[in-house]
Amino acid sequence: MAINPDFIGRTFPPSAPYEISRVKLAEFADAIGDPNPLYRDRAAAVEAGFPDVIAPPTFPIVIGMASSGQAMADPGLNLNYAMVVHGEQRFEYQRPLHAGEIVTAEVTIADIRDIGRNSVITTSTKISTLNGEHVCTAHATLVERGGAA
Amino acid sequence: MTAIAYAGIEAGTELPAVDYPVTRLSLVKYCGASGDFNVIHWNERIAKSLGLPDVIAHGMFTMAEAGRFLTDWAGPGAVVLEFGVRFSSPVVVPDDDAGAMINVSGQVEEKLDGNRVALALTVRSGGTKVLTRARAVVRLP
Repeated sequence: MAINPDFIGRTFPPSAPYEISRVKLAEFADAIGDPNPLYRDRAAAVEAGFPDVIAPPTFPIVIGMASSGQAMADPGLNLNYAMVVHGEQRFEYQRPLHAGEIVTAEVTIADIRDIGRNSVITTSTKISTLNGEHVCTAHATLVERGGAA
Repeated sequence: MTAIAYAGIEAGTELPAVDYPVTRLSLVKYCGASGDFNVIHWNERIAKSLGLPDVIAHGMFTMAEAGRFLTDWAGPGAVVLEFGVRFSSPVVVPDDDAGAMINVSGQVEEKLDGNRVALALTVRSGGTKVLTRARAVVRLP
């Protein structure tokens, strides 16, 4: 059964506040094998002009997972996650995220369509601080293999 | 890290290629750090049953290596403003000590105002392009 097209245009409620911690940023940097001191050494980050250690460019996906994961798991959407592969990903940044700030993510389903045997779902996730400062937007295209079959 | 100055580059400037290894351990760590536990990234039996050649890397792991390439090239004073990729082919990660290699290279496509540069990256694994339309805009010091 295909992904439910009634979800096109739906914006899910903002995620629970996510606190960006130094420990998580260092763990993520370790997992991608990146020794960059800006992600784990506060003094180096401050020297480079940031308030605290910053997040690697792809880290917003972690915050997105927490919220879009919830949206993608909505039973009404009918997405078979085991068959999902990532089609495209794009980030637009106002500035790097840094440790100590608390953000929320708001997911909008921009599009759902069938391409051949696959179903393709496009989402935009807007990440903002609790003060309403927009920091980053993540645009994702997910492909459910065989979803349209 | 070597800082790159806006004045010192021009359209066509090459970003030297770098190889980044990815092993099964990398994927297990990335599952934990990212929260993406999709079985195709750690369970060979299920990956194969779903029609994949073997366990495959998270697309976001590959993109992270491309991001690492960007930030290492640009240096600590630079800021990434835009970064996008298309996942054209999976990085297949065999169950051995060597794993797979992700090779990233790039080129300055265009100098923009405000110390910004548009970059195009080429990302391959085993000779296959694994990311296409890999582009970024970076603001240099």
